[in-house]
Amino acid sequence: MSTVMTTKNVICVHCGENCTDESIAIGDKYFCCNGCKFVYELLNDHNLSSYYKIEDRPGLKVSDRFYENHFAYLDNQKIKEQLLDFTDSSLSKVTLVIPQIHCSSCIWLLENLQKLNNSIISSRVQFLKKEVAITFAHQHLSLRTLVELLASIGYEPQISLDDYEIQTKRKKGSSLIVRVAIAGFCFANIMLFSFPEYLSSDGSLSENFVQFFGYLNILLSIPVLFFSASIYFKSAYYGLRQKSINMDVPISLGISMLFLRSLYEVISSTGPGYFDSFTGLVFFLLLGKLFQQKTYESLSFDSDYKSYFPISIIKLSGKKEEIVPITELKQGDMILVRNNELIPADARLLSNHASIDYSFVTGESEPVEKTVNDKIYAGGKQSGGIIQLEVLKDVSQSYITQLWNDANFSKPDSKSLSNMANRFSKYFTISIVAIALISAFVWMLLDPSKAVFVGISVLIIACPCALALATPITLGSVQRILGRNRLFFKDSNTIEKLASVTHVVFDKTGTLTKSKESSITYTGKELSDIEIGYVRSLVHHSTHPLSVKLYEYLPHNNSASIEKFHETEGQGISGFINQTEIKIGSSLFCGNQEIPTESNNLQSRVHISIGGSYYGFYKISSQYRDGLKDLVKNLGDKLQITILSGDNRGELQALQDIFPQTTSYHFNQSPHDKLRHIKELQNMNERVLMFGDGLNDAGALKQADIGIAVTESMSSFSPASDGILAGEKFSEIFKFIRFSQRAISIILVSFLISILYNVVGLGFAVMGILSPLFAAVLMPVSSLTVVGIIIISTKIAAQRLRI
Amino acid sequence: MSIFFVLIGLSLLISGSFLVAFLWANKKGQFDDTYTPSVRILFDDIDENKKKK
Repeated sequence: MSTVMTTKNVICVHCGENCTDESIAIGDKYFCCNGCKFVYELLNDHNLSSYYKIEDRPGLKVSDRFYENHFAYLDNQKIKEQLLDFTDSSLSKVTLVIPQIHCSSCIWLLENLQKLNNSIISSRVQFLKKEVAITFAHQHLSLRTLVELLASIGYEPQISLDDYEIQTKRKKGSSLIVRVAIAGFCFANIMLFSFPEYLSSDGSLSENFVQFFGYLNILLSIPVLFFSASIYFKSAYYGLRQKSINMDVPISLGISMLFLRSLYEVISSTGPGYFDSFTGLVFFLLLGKLFQQKTYESLSFDSDYKSYFPISIIKLSGKKEEIVPITELKQGDMILVRNNELIPADARLLSNHASIDYSFVTGESEPVEKTVNDKIYAGGKQSGGIIQLEVLKDVSQSYITQLWNDANFSKPDSKSLSNMANRFSKYFTISIVAIALISAFVWMLLDPSKAVFVGISVLIIACPCALALATPITLGSVQRILGRNRLFFKDSNTIEKLASVTHVVFDKTGTLTKSKESSITYTGKELSDIEIGYVRSLVHHSTHPLSVKLYEYLPHNNSASIEKFHETEGQGISGFINQTEIKIGSSLFCGNQEIPTESNNLQSRVHISIGGSYYGFYKISSQYRDGLKDLVKNLGDKLQITILSGDNRGELQALQDIFPQTTSYHFNQSPHDKLRHIKELQNMNERVLMFGDGLNDAGALKQADIGIAVTESMSSFSPASDGILAGEKFSEIFKFIRFSQRAISIILVSFLISILYNVVGLGFAVMGILSPLFAAVLMPVSSLTVVGIIIISTKIAAQRLRI
Repeated sequence: MSIFFVLIGLSLLISGSFLVAFLWANKKGQFDDTYTPSVRILFDDIDENKKKK
């Protein structure tokens, strides 16, 4: 026992993670790794230690896996121009998205960046958007060094050139607020001016005032009609042009009739009009829309292959290395790919060896060995040294991007597909118009002077305000509750689809298993602490995924320096510590006599040999998510389950122990296989819910009726999907499905209530006794009760399910 | 009673000015970030205390 192992739990002052021991410390402050210690020292040196006073352990574990030149592309003029908000001869301003921003300490540190580097003039954080706007003197500090500085203290900005499209989308949101504000203003004033009219129904109000208020109301409702309500007219128009009647058609019909009728009444001095109902209606409708919009503002779902790929790559022109954006890559270009970099285009290997990790594409984590002249597909990741490649196809024509752009992958716009309210609105509109015509016709026979009045009254009162609010408000509040549970949907229609799912498909790696943790067991001759230290020191030198896992698993011990480190491709690694040879790798490489049986071959085993004698092996198997068993038991009772895995059958036995007997398993599935499989299920009239994580599932996620990406870190990217679910909430899926089913029944109930209101209103309208006051009361009351019922009942439903 | 015409005009003017004020503030980005300023305002104090020590 050379080191004292403490049993006391030591927590890193910087990031709050458990420290394996107390070896890294300053005074009485302990750190889990040198990265954290470095940041602490750096901040202390620059008088920034308040960072640790505002919140306890606010820091972020700094990943030391950056390779030099990681941000080299920021020196490229074109990229720089695209990223900078503003630049002149001395100052530049840039807005960076930093997903790691999470507490007030973050804000404080990022707003005091000038203490770290005095070329930074000012920086301002927008917490909710997780953005920081930095003004800096670019003559002394390049954008690249700035970003590197941020990354070095744990705040690596997320840079993608798509960000610009997202920014333009945000602008639309503010205009909805303006619409609401104007509608609200006009509504309130018109209500005020209509009040005398309500109180003096006997006509005691002087003629002058009636006229004055009437014209004032016209004036106030004009901006509501032409500005606030214009989105409904537009939507109805586009809907009709595509030969579909959406909910906005009866709304537009109702409000335009309301306006025209009121206009006629005031101008002809026959009555006060319905301007109060008109503006109130528009105001409530817009409020509902705003509510819906607020629920999914900050998430970007439209990530495509571009978000996966590096922005730039090193191109060799002659002997000069040049950094170019990948979009400029052409067939025949020579490129250099470093350790851990993604290969952007299909290419031919020019170097002697490459070890390509295709886990991104296939889900298989073991690297594939390639030799000179082999073809390497885009999406692979190089692990090991620098390799040189010749680009065979343009980026946009690569295997992966083609897969993405495959016609199969684009599913018809879900909006036109199955929106309950819109389906309903077709019949609704037709029947309302029919009722209006029939009652007008009947009145034509009874009292021709009232026929037009009755027909228009029907259209007005039937305006499906409550009906239109029911769906967005229910789905909006369901979405908000799900969002609190860290399941985010792209749009609210997804909830309707979730409720009717019949078949659940899981990807295995990263979805059913935790991507970071794995369970490691050792079999063989016992290793002493010193020997464990040797193994750990050796695997630290390798970037092979199994080495990395083993390194993280083994206890932190006295590390020894390795001499003569050698990596035999596809075999293992070896090195000398104090003249003792350590070998880690395949069974044969370590001199194991036992001949591996087939089943052993399927598991990931790392064999150890020290000083020439074989010791044993570490078995590394992935760890299933917590609560998986309960989840699949609940799911299996109601739904059919399928597992599609890109891996081999190694884990079949383990899966069968967990999943119900009816589950079907498919292994060695390529992205196209997964896609095809989901199509087959859909052809059998199954409604498929797919869970996946990586790029290899992207096609299947899109093809499925609902594709949900499971991710460990919300703020990082995820494949294009209908929803994003936080990994830790995976076991709650069943509850989410149940909740969405409840939500659909809530919508149906509120539909019934609003139809009831409509029937009452229609009764008055058909009888020809619809007064402005009655309309002004009935319409908002119906909307408000429906909204109230919805909000309360979704809350109760959520509480009952304990989500 | 004709004083009402003036009063109503005035009331519209006043409420209208609030609407304009809101639209202006919205355009200037006053509502873009409703969280950070509430945290930011407390920071100087912490810094001040440190210097005294």
